[in-house]
Amino acid sequence: MKMIRGYPEDMRKSIDNVNKTRSKRIDQIIEDLSLEERKDVLDNFHPDYNPKYKRDISWGVNKGDNVPNEVADVIEAYPMVNPNDIDLNQIDYDVNILIIGAGGAGTSAALWANYSGVPKDEILLVTKLRLGDCNTVMAQGGIQAADRPVDSPLIHYMDAIGGGHFENKPKLVKALVNDAPKIIKWHKDLGVMYDCTEDGSFIENPGGGTSRNRMHCSKDYTGLEMFRTLKDEIINKEIPYLEFSPAIELITNETGGIAGAVLYNIETKQYFVVRAKTIILTTGGFGRLHVAGFPTSNHYGATMDGVVMAYRAGAKLRDLDATQFHPTGAAFPEQIVGLLITEKTRSLGAQVLGRNGEQICYPLEPRDVEASSIIKCCAATDNYIETPTQMRGIWLDSPLIEEIKGKGTILKNLSAMYRMMNRFDIDITEDPILVYPTLHYQNGGVELDENCYTSLKGLLAAGEISGGVHGKNRLMGNSLLEINVFGRRAGITAANEYKKKSTVGKLTLAHVHKSIKSLDALKLKDKRYSPTILPEYRSDIVRDRLVQLYEQSL
Amino acid sequence: MSKTKTKQEEETLTVKIYIMGSAHEVPASLTIMKAMEYAGFKIKRGAGCRAGFCGACATLYRKAGDYRIYAALACQTQVEDGMVLTQLPFVPAPKAIYDVDSLKPTASSILKFYPEVARCLSCNACSKVCPQEIQVMDYVQYCLQGQIDKAAELSFDCVQCGLCAIRCPAEIPQYHVGMLARRLHGKYNTSTPETLLERVEEIENGTFEEGFEELMSLSKDGLKKRYTERDFVDQKKA
Repeated sequence: MKMIRGYPEDMRKSIDNVNKTRSKRIDQIIEDLSLEERKDVLDNFHPDYNPKYKRDISWGVNKGDNVPNEVADVIEAYPMVNPNDIDLNQIDYDVNILIIGAGGAGTSAALWANYSGVPKDEILLVTKLRLGDCNTVMAQGGIQAADRPVDSPLIHYMDAIGGGHFENKPKLVKALVNDAPKIIKWHKDLGVMYDCTEDGSFIENPGGGTSRNRMHCSKDYTGLEMFRTLKDEIINKEIPYLEFSPAIELITNETGGIAGAVLYNIETKQYFVVRAKTIILTTGGFGRLHVAGFPTSNHYGATMDGVVMAYRAGAKLRDLDATQFHPTGAAFPEQIVGLLITEKTRSLGAQVLGRNGEQICYPLEPRDVEASSIIKCCAATDNYIETPTQMRGIWLDSPLIEEIKGKGTILKNLSAMYRMMNRFDIDITEDPILVYPTLHYQNGGVELDENCYTSLKGLLAAGEISGGVHGKNRLMGNSLLEINVFGRRAGITAANEYKKKSTVGKLTLAHVHKSIKSLDALKLKDKRYSPTILPEYRSDIVRDRLVQLYEQSL
Repeated sequence: MSKTKTKQEEETLTVKIYIMGSAHEVPASLTIMKAMEYAGFKIKRGAGCRAGFCGACATLYRKAGDYRIYAALACQTQVEDGMVLTQLPFVPAPKAIYDVDSLKPTASSILKFYPEVARCLSCNACSKVCPQEIQVMDYVQYCLQGQIDKAAELSFDCVQCGLCAIRCPAEIPQYHVGMLARRLHGKYNTSTPETLLERVEEIENGTFEEGFEELMSLSKDGLKKRYTERDFVDQKKA
């Protein structure tokens, strides 16, 4: 296979079409879809609307809810630890606030609990991998906040609720959009470097489904810049944190409230018992479950552990029927298939094209609609491009950005994208990027109210683990916002609880025993265990050998 | 003596790599990270985002017949025949504790917390090892000169993998120094736009409460109508 500047020779023919049509397309605007047309493309091409990828949950509070098979798999799975093996009389950490998950939501919660008067030593932040191995650092495009005179939180509200198919929980959307400017101000005070124009005003871009430009960004490292600042502050405030120590079960008390968690050190394999008055779940989403067989843009530990633990304890879930596939994951080269190509490429003007170099859809539809239009092009037409490993994709015309906004725009605004593709000899200022949707975000999750209370006493939640903020589909820039808004609110709520006089109660794992009974009654064909903690990517040869060794040991 | 190839290895184009000294035959199309998993390693440390943003998978390697030490992010680099690899998932470099509200954007703020910056030998080993190809030595020098804005901008794409700190003969934790420079720049060298402050004040005064009440009382059909009719002032539509 002959490669020319990063692409195989036969893909080059289609790139020539893209280059030839560019000047003709520069002012060409494709009409966006009406609500009816949106419904049509979603019904036919979005994996959420395809019954073969889904089934009903068979036990617990949300029995009967239709969710992706991979979600049902981890809910219909046995606890990875035998509850009888945990000695709850041996309390290893006794704190007021336990925060499980140290991404954007968890760190915001810890900081705001501390700002609100909780001493640092009453807070414990625990995380599966390192502080900051999370989806937040991978967020590229931006964060929404309606702070321009031509915009308002009310317009932001309409955009978010329409993008979510009017299924969002209104009070949560109000909290999201109304807190947004405060969050940007907080970040600015911390020293987060948001991109500004020469006159000092923020650079604000559009996103899919936004009716105003309100996407604040830090090049295409927005999440990284935000998170490393929050992390710096966690260390400055000396808030205690434990790394490589995911929680694997919640602990309840005699009244069914949440009273702590069992941690598992993934290196030493020890269990630790934490007792706490308030537990904040900020464990993120499910990308690494590879819903509907898709590759993912998510980090290594995104396995939905928090939802599983909360569900066993009886927490109510919502909107888990809705999965977000980001329209533009990399489809070439093979080494980076599924990694995110930020929506900011389209915010800055890149169009989406079929193999003849013609636009296939309006480039800034809400994500589910855009993704479905791309899947349609690849599944129901012959207007796609095929890679040497038979992966189908469409072109994202990045060089058009420089035609519209001038030479140097890509290096200045999309340096992460430029760098990633350049590592594989592709220059995105000269050549388009081949893309296909990738599993990106868990739209639903644990139900909460605007102060982050869940249906269980003592348990708060914030961030991607939660459901209701985004309805059935999240817009770009509303997740970096969500983790800050609801992380902050969870921290403040936990601080209010800290000031109240109450006792934690007697620690039990009765809910785990009860879950095991419910699972026994299902008589599952395959005996699975969860939480997943880390996905399995070792080769079949190695895995088969491990299974043999395990069976021999029995 | 070489290992007999498995059927799978015979069917795929493979390369031989050395992971912590031991040889493994792996498909040539894989990244270093995926190749380690293919070879049977379950990664616990040394993988985070798997997409080039978190810096967990900093890797040093040499190539057959080449004296140089190369550096890369394992998730972003394809294997090559003869690579001898080792991962450095943790760099011990303590971060200084400071209150950014009490500092000024000057060289002395940096030197107060990281006095070792003054020991820079200008050897440029940090820039050479950086997997993000940042001119690390240059931003360290900008810090010394008090050009905090330039240090902040030049260090901006840092994923804090720590390889610079481990190669530095002056033992400077460059990636922490860059962090402090960026916070000083972001906080002090750029002003907060008035429009943001005005909007925060409006929200605190409850300016939008009535509007929210009205929107939140709308039926689904009412919302749909309002959504379809909303205007787009910034974007061109067909």
